[in-house]
Amino acid sequence: MADLQKKEPVALPTWPDEVYRVLKDADVRQVGMVPDAGHSRLIRAFEADPQARVITLTTEEEGIAMLAGAWLGGERGVLLLQSSGVGNCINMLSLPMICRMPLLMLVTMRGEWGEFNPWQVPMGQGTRAVLEAMGVIVTRADEPHLVASTVSGAANLAFNTWRPAAVLIGQRVLGAKNFKELARK
Amino acid sequence: MNVPNELLHRRDVVNELLRDRSDLLVVAGLGAPNWDISAAGDSPNNFPLWGAMGAAAMMGFGLAIAQPKRRVLVITGDGEMLMSLGALATIAVQNPANLTIAVLDNERFGETGMQKTHTAAGVDLAGIATAAGFRTSRIVRTMAEVTEIRDLAHRGNGPVFAQVKINPEALYFVLPPADGGILTTRFRQSVLGDGSLYN
Repeated sequence: MADLQKKEPVALPTWPDEVYRVLKDADVRQVGMVPDAGHSRLIRAFEADPQARVITLTTEEEGIAMLAGAWLGGERGVLLLQSSGVGNCINMLSLPMICRMPLLMLVTMRGEWGEFNPWQVPMGQGTRAVLEAMGVIVTRADEPHLVASTVSGAANLAFNTWRPAAVLIGQRVLGAKNFKELARK
Repeated sequence: MNVPNELLHRRDVVNELLRDRSDLLVVAGLGAPNWDISAAGDSPNNFPLWGAMGAAAMMGFGLAIAQPKRRVLVITGDGEMLMSLGALATIAVQNPANLTIAVLDNERFGETGMQKTHTAAGVDLAGIATAAGFRTSRIVRTMAEVTEIRDLAHRGNGPVFAQVKINPEALYFVLPPADGGILTTRFRQSVLGDGSLYN
């Protein structure tokens, strides 16, 4: 058992770097986010980018409204959030829908594969249904090597057909936290 | 109208804020502020919201940082602003110099039967904006002070926040286009040019 619990040295995932390049190619300038560990590498890349502005939000729906304003002013953006934050966005999703505006959301999933915290499960299991109920086109990546191409497809769809699109990045890509391990003294 | 303690009339306030508006960009929150900016004269540089309560301030902010050479004025109500108090913190941290937020504070939810909002109980929105870090934040009670806010919105150093105490009067509606696609397209065409019509 002791051997199984030993941490294997794991190479840092590089898919966030590929996603950064995809978003740069899409000319994303405004990055609204409520942070998630799964987005941390992408957030650092944008923080180091003088052509982009990272805006920390107090709640995710602020980002929907902000990116609607960005579009009115001719800038493109992305909203980075965790699945729990999707629920905060529901009514605000009316805005890009009714105004035929693009919206690109990258959602890191909780409450599914390997989840340890039961409180994450209700919103995690409801994420896709909530987005689709509001008319958001949802695609999903469950393998690290598929994330960037999925984001690229969603970005093209959002910015070329003026509608909200979300990419769900599966918990299997991100790895599940083990709270018992974190709690161990 | 300059008598202290006499409440301002909302359409006088909005007409003054938008006087000689030049290329000012305006976002209005849902309900009466939408009708107010439309009563002052519909314009492609207006974005009147018909829903998405709580969107106005952040929409103005996203627009302001996308268009740093233009001036952006958000006109909204106290109920709408109360729904997104966190936005005041987000905006203050970002410190956009070209953004002014004017809250028409009648201390009521005007569209739903004039129920009292938190400001009727004394919640100080301007104090909240000051505490969040807005460069300028004021409670406004006279037309002379409205003119100062108008001038700050047009050429001052923002972000500026104004809580304008107004009469809780219910006025006739003046409706702008309701189609969000039309509002978006005409705004972008005005700000970005005809190229915005093409992919």
